[in-house]
Amino acid sequence: MTAQLTEALLRSLTPSVLGILVRRGADFAAAEDAVQDALVEAIRVWPADPPRDPKGWLVSVAWRRFLDATRADAARRRREDLVDEEPAPGPVPAVDDTLQLYFLCAHPSLTPSSAVALTLRAVGGLTTRQIAQAYLVPEATMAQRISRAKRTVSGVRFDQPGDLATVLRVLYLVFNEGYSGDIDLAAEAIRLTRQLAASIDHPEVAGLLALMLLHHARRATRTAPDGSLVPLAEQDRGRWDTESIAEGVELLQAALARDRLGEFQAQAAIAALHADAPTAEETDWVQIVEWYDELARLTDSPVVRLNRAVAVGEADGPRAGLAALAALDDSLPRHTAVAAYLHERDGDLARAARLYAEAAQKAPNLAERDHLTRQAARLNTRRRR
Amino acid sequence: MAKYLLLKHYRGAPAAVNDVPMDQWTPEEISAHMKYMHDFAARLEGTGEFVDGQALAPEGTFVRYDGEGRPPVTDGPFAETKDLIAGWMVIDVDSYERAVELAGELSAAPGAGGKPIHEWLEVRPFLTEPPTITE
Repeated sequence: MTAQLTEALLRSLTPSVLGILVRRGADFAAAEDAVQDALVEAIRVWPADPPRDPKGWLVSVAWRRFLDATRADAARRRREDLVDEEPAPGPVPAVDDTLQLYFLCAHPSLTPSSAVALTLRAVGGLTTRQIAQAYLVPEATMAQRISRAKRTVSGVRFDQPGDLATVLRVLYLVFNEGYSGDIDLAAEAIRLTRQLAASIDHPEVAGLLALMLLHHARRATRTAPDGSLVPLAEQDRGRWDTESIAEGVELLQAALARDRLGEFQAQAAIAALHADAPTAEETDWVQIVEWYDELARLTDSPVVRLNRAVAVGEADGPRAGLAALAALDDSLPRHTAVAAYLHERDGDLARAARLYAEAAQKAPNLAERDHLTRQAARLNTRRRR
Repeated sequence: MAKYLLLKHYRGAPAAVNDVPMDQWTPEEISAHMKYMHDFAARLEGTGEFVDGQALAPEGTFVRYDGEGRPPVTDGPFAETKDLIAGWMVIDVDSYERAVELAGELSAAPGAGGKPIHEWLEVRPFLTEPPTITE
């Protein structure tokens, strides 16, 4: 077994192994530590000596670690009772342990950053170090964040029904925000959402998975070799991942057919319309505006209305876009960037250049700032000629 | 999940409320101040929000390139530089409000007379990676 295969297999087994320990009576925090120990041991041992029953191996090693830790902890003597009643691996429990773990790790009592960290470790099987590297914080800080999160949810009963909406938000955050280091967070978010979709049949879970797949399909074309952003209209559509798009579209269509629309399905629908256009000019902006109307109805988000103004500008012309933009608060992030774009399309290059420069000052990340500065420079150069 | 820089100035920030130079404090007051800063950082590590903390010496030198094959030109130090950074702390928090709350606590570090300094700290957001989903 190669090291890579080992890691992939281990991480896919993590939630069910953890679930089994919790069901045997281990508390979540101690069980989670024990599973991490077992994973580390497996990474060491498996490449040379692969077990016949990987899951059984992990369960027994993790259970032994849990018992050792419990025995060592004199203050927790009560748990020694568990040694005598160690159950044999029984039939699969009726409630899906994996699903329960998602609920616990994204419990509404956790802050978003804690829920993200705990989900990546307890459900994703990542090590604290890997998570710390992905979010550019010291390992000690991430270790504390995770152990505090575990303490926060320690009183939550494992078999309680959870809040699917917070689980989806956590997965969305993992996909959308983070740094691309050793761990590919976007790919990890897709894996975890796929695993969730196998545990629960819900159109919004399918919608989120579709949304991720459709955006992931364009990833290779979103940045130039020098790291600069390539806008959607200028991306090389021939390099979009058609397999990922096909899967996303299929998932989305099945979800939409169930007639329980939610924000992730609506967002995925917009992404699907972009994916469907052979060229930027052939984009069905009229339908995209309709989906933004649905999204605005579902979320009432000002960011959605801002994106809608861009779509209106493409569907009905820049003047219509500017009119839609005028109705929005100009302190919204990216408001100035959208105004710059629409004024350029309307032919007011001087104003557009000024707005691009202003938008660059307000950009929330370096790639966007550089992109907007380049737009301003492009227009100013053209005007000087 | 956003990183903020809490910036502390030797000079250049508006005057603190308890604005007594450190060399006029008692040694015990200085120790109390240092302990507060240390405990603050340790507490943030405990909450999983600490990234980095560093102090800077007041003196610095400007350096610039002076052409191929020539050593860089240096200038300074500049005694009258208006804005003088003393140090920073980098935090990773869930919201801007939390960053402001923590900066407020840091500004309450005790100074002369054991009373909070109420010094001004500058809170600056880091530029992040771009999000994946933009439209």
